[in-house]
Amino acid sequence: MTEQFEPTIIGFTCNWCSYRAADLAGTSRMKYAPNVRLIRMMCSGRLDPTFVLRALSGGADGVMITGCHPGECHYIEQNYKALRRFLLLRRVLTGLGIEPERVKLVWASAAEGARFASETTAFVEEIRKLGPLNWGKPVAALENLQEEVSKLEEVPA
Amino acid sequence: MTVNGKKPKFAMYWAASCGGCEIAVLNTHEKILDVDANFEVVFWPVAMDAKYKDVEAMEDGSILLTLFNGGIRNAENEHLAKLLRKKSKILVAFGSCACEGCIPGLANLSSTKEIFDTYYETVSTDNPNHFRPQYEYKMPEGEISIPKFYPVLKTLDQVVDVDYYMPGCPPESHQIAAVIDLVIKVVKGEAELPPKGAVIGVGNSTVCDECPRARNVKLIKEFRRIQDIAPADPTLCLLEQGIPCNGPATRSGCNARCPIAGAQCIGCYGPAEGVMDYGARLMTAFASVIDAIAPEEIDRILDGIPDPVGQVYRFNLAGSLLKAAKSAWIKEKV
Amino acid sequence: MSEKIGVYVCHCGTNIAGTVDVKGVAEWAAEHLKHRGVVIGREYKFMCSSLGQELVEKDIKELGLTRVIVAACSPHLHEKTFRTACERAGLNPYLCEMVSIREQVSWVHADKAAATEKSKAVISGGVERVLHNEPLEPIRVPIHADTLVVGGGIAGIQAALEIADAGYHVCLVEREPSIGGHMAQFDKTFPTLDCSACILTPKMVDVGNHPNITLLTWSEVVKVDGFVGNFKATIRKKARYVNTDTCTGCGICWEKCPKKVVDNVYEAGLGNRKAIYTPFAQAVPRYPVIDVENCTYFKNGKCKACQIFCPTEPNSINFDQKDEMLEVQAGNIILATGYDLFDATRIPQYGYGKLPNVFTSLEFERMCNAAGPTEGKIVLRDKTTTPKSVVIVHCVGSRDENYNKYCSGICCMQSLKFAHLVMERTGAEVYNCYIDIRTPFKDYEEFYKRVLEEGGHFIRGKVAEVTDAARLPEEEGKLIVQVEDTLIGKQRRIPVDMVILSAGIEPRHDAKEVGKLFGIACGASGWYTEKHPKLDPVATMTEGIYIAGCVQGPKDIPVSVAQGAAAAARVLGKIQQGVISLEPIKASINETQCSGCRICNGLCPFNAIAFIEDDKVSSINPALCQGCGTCVAACPAGAISGTGFSDAQIIAQIDGLLLRNLEPVEA
Repeated sequence: MTEQFEPTIIGFTCNWCSYRAADLAGTSRMKYAPNVRLIRMMCSGRLDPTFVLRALSGGADGVMITGCHPGECHYIEQNYKALRRFLLLRRVLTGLGIEPERVKLVWASAAEGARFASETTAFVEEIRKLGPLNWGKPVAALENLQEEVSKLEEVPA
Repeated sequence: MTVNGKKPKFAMYWAASCGGCEIAVLNTHEKILDVDANFEVVFWPVAMDAKYKDVEAMEDGSILLTLFNGGIRNAENEHLAKLLRKKSKILVAFGSCACEGCIPGLANLSSTKEIFDTYYETVSTDNPNHFRPQYEYKMPEGEISIPKFYPVLKTLDQVVDVDYYMPGCPPESHQIAAVIDLVIKVVKGEAELPPKGAVIGVGNSTVCDECPRARNVKLIKEFRRIQDIAPADPTLCLLEQGIPCNGPATRSGCNARCPIAGAQCIGCYGPAEGVMDYGARLMTAFASVIDAIAPEEIDRILDGIPDPVGQVYRFNLAGSLLKAAKSAWIKEKV
Repeated sequence: MSEKIGVYVCHCGTNIAGTVDVKGVAEWAAEHLKHRGVVIGREYKFMCSSLGQELVEKDIKELGLTRVIVAACSPHLHEKTFRTACERAGLNPYLCEMVSIREQVSWVHADKAAATEKSKAVISGGVERVLHNEPLEPIRVPIHADTLVVGGGIAGIQAALEIADAGYHVCLVEREPSIGGHMAQFDKTFPTLDCSACILTPKMVDVGNHPNITLLTWSEVVKVDGFVGNFKATIRKKARYVNTDTCTGCGICWEKCPKKVVDNVYEAGLGNRKAIYTPFAQAVPRYPVIDVENCTYFKNGKCKACQIFCPTEPNSINFDQKDEMLEVQAGNIILATGYDLFDATRIPQYGYGKLPNVFTSLEFERMCNAAGPTEGKIVLRDKTTTPKSVVIVHCVGSRDENYNKYCSGICCMQSLKFAHLVMERTGAEVYNCYIDIRTPFKDYEEFYKRVLEEGGHFIRGKVAEVTDAARLPEEEGKLIVQVEDTLIGKQRRIPVDMVILSAGIEPRHDAKEVGKLFGIACGASGWYTEKHPKLDPVATMTEGIYIAGCVQGPKDIPVSVAQGAAAAARVLGKIQQGVISLEPIKASINETQCSGCRICNGLCPFNAIAFIEDDKVSSINPALCQGCGTCVAACPAGAISGTGFSDAQIIAQIDGLLLRNLEPVEA
């Protein structure tokens, strides 16, 4: 009866490197987990922390931010700006009780289709282990969890 | 417009708040006489006696203007919010608590159990049996109850439809005076109300617009506390001196009182026009001025803001996208 | 909903339809997103075909569609196709969006049910996003017909000549007193063993005489303003202290100058020049310059021999000459500033700079050159002794984890050339110590074979050390090269008279700063980043700035020439069109909302954001803006918006991907 939890992950890609890496993974027919839904931006520097907050509060269990390797940004150095925002955002999310592992930053060049695929699959598994985020929904405390779990098992399959 | 030749009705209510907004209204000095001259005050717990049943007995929409301040912490707050919405033509979320949660909203960082433990088990509280309030109690005369405490504090517009927002902790008295003047003019038919949903009593930009300090391209190698650099340069932007000032992301309208006085803005006027999450704007602002590219160096600089949640969400947690910390939603026996 | 959205799901044969239930997805979109404005959901075998495109065009005309979503392959392939189709039907092309359900769904997920569900979410995201798309117009910018070429080496010379021959004006700026670059230093060029100067100097003369080329030597670009089609470069024309209007280049001044200076640039430190000099005999232009650091007059007011002996009326020497700042307008800029040689002193175990008879490749080129400091004789540092044995060390500073990881590309051929020249001119025993012999291009492998047949010794091993510490009697007075001969598995000590280090080539040491001037980036190794490493090697990410030659990466002369010509062709194409269309993905600042906090000011590598002091607000120049969106994300007041990737579009797409649009969306 217990179905495996399928995470929903929003991924932000940059038009020049990581989006093309995802495309390359596709043309090379590499297989990876279907749980990530991608958004194309021109640059990882476009990443507004609001987007990550919107995703997490809107039902996503994790967020993946991708961009060009440091030193190779199409717009010269904007990926560093994404990195700085990401580091501060992660501290705030940790302070709000969201596991920092739920937001991941991955650098991938346009040639790294295989890396994009493997990082995505690895991230999905990490989120699966962390469990659903279910933001804004009341969750049973640990002591009550046993009670809740035993209630679940009484329901016929 | 008058209502049946009588003065239009005015109400002001305080939910989960500190009372500062009420004081700010009274701080308009003689302006308060204009309120009295132009309105019939029908419900204002801090200033006059009235009962909830009086409000319930009023006709729907019969109160022209209600200033509702305070966040929605419990069932009583919610009940009054809904009641006053029904009875008012114009409902204003007055003050930071009603607009975005303000300081009471910081309780959203804790679970109900944590809040109650803190409240009922202080060093100076004599509670050897660890009593907690019960919501219902049967007495010989009947059953009495106290309002249910909600796990998460909500902003006014998260429970009812709000017409206007006046942010600030409290809203500056000169802004309150300006709004009172505007409403009086509207009543007399001499002015138009702003479009519904507008933020009023504010400027068009952020605090930097009103701040006289000099500004340059910002490159920060260290964040510090203001006492660490005392005396701060009074002519130069505080952020450039390494003080995490929230001014760049905070709605203008307060005349930049704090930066002018030498303290960094802490953000009580809330976000700029159209911004979805105030904290996100501060996160991106502080990240943008950090002068480092190596992760270790960036982390070292960020260590200069030891409480990032408090820094970016001090007044705006309940109204933010995430609204609360995860622990606030934990259901457990209190 | 006032918008009418058409959703088109492509089968792409079985590429998508084999994994995703395309019919089901199209039906789902039409039904479940109807309340969001979807009026039609179609699926078709090949949407990019003319029939597929006609489906879209027909629906726009007959159903009055105001937005189009095509769920198919990657937008990098067909976004233009579908946008053009919409334009034909009268719908603004920017109101059409593509979402990928092939590269990012059907080709990468094996689970058909999951792929189908993901496709629905992806389309839902696209629908929500496109609702916030705005009709945009490409920005049309006129192209100034002049071109600025920076760098007068072979690549820059080629580019300048091609453009000038086509009838357009070129300003060629060169930092040294003469054009020619490194190629002017070489003796012979591989594999033909053409005399380098003989093939280079006719081109140099053409440049000097060309009516369409303004040659500014002893000059540097100090500032670049503007944008593609409309650049304004500020050039510092350094004082030569010679009046070029009257100077005839007769050479008496440098003949009479009493001050000898070691020439570290052209002669690579092997030979001398005077304090007033032209770098070499065939210099273009022929006007000398005075090196003020070493000139007796500038140091203590004495001498003035050059002025005294100058024969022209009026005198051509002008000690009071000042630097001049010139402004040059150009529509396009080609950067061809070449390379610097790896500094061999960084590898102390090779003894360069300590052991006198260790030479670098450029020093050896000057030695071989008949017009060089040894008149073409291959001799030791004492300028008389002919070496009887020589080791040529490959990969000095290249293919090395400690210095440069990359291969410098030209040194193997150069080393083979040296081996040939040494054997030809001295009959000495020559040992090439190499890691691999890289001879990929036309006639290169044949040249290698030739050198083998001529009797060159080849040792496969990276040289560990060059020392003069003799251990055996036959090593006395010699340079001993210690190397592992990996093919025979033995350590060898080879006593020789001379060692030549084939030093690698590196980006110019100020490449990063120069790049910033022009708004282009360096890659991880320091070479400028091309637009696409395979398909677009001479363009950069900045429109209107091109790169040619070794600035883009190590390469030999034929490829440098080809790149110079390629860059010229691109520029001529732009000049021909007269106008360029730029994608309207730009940021702009709402001046009312801008507080003048200046947080955005430090974020733009393209200098598109300026602070207007008078109004105390910041402002973005749309022609300079590259559309990265960093400032949009950074503005604390939310005063900066970006077209094409606005906050509203991205937030909507997030909501759509999470399928929040299927239930009422709360704040």
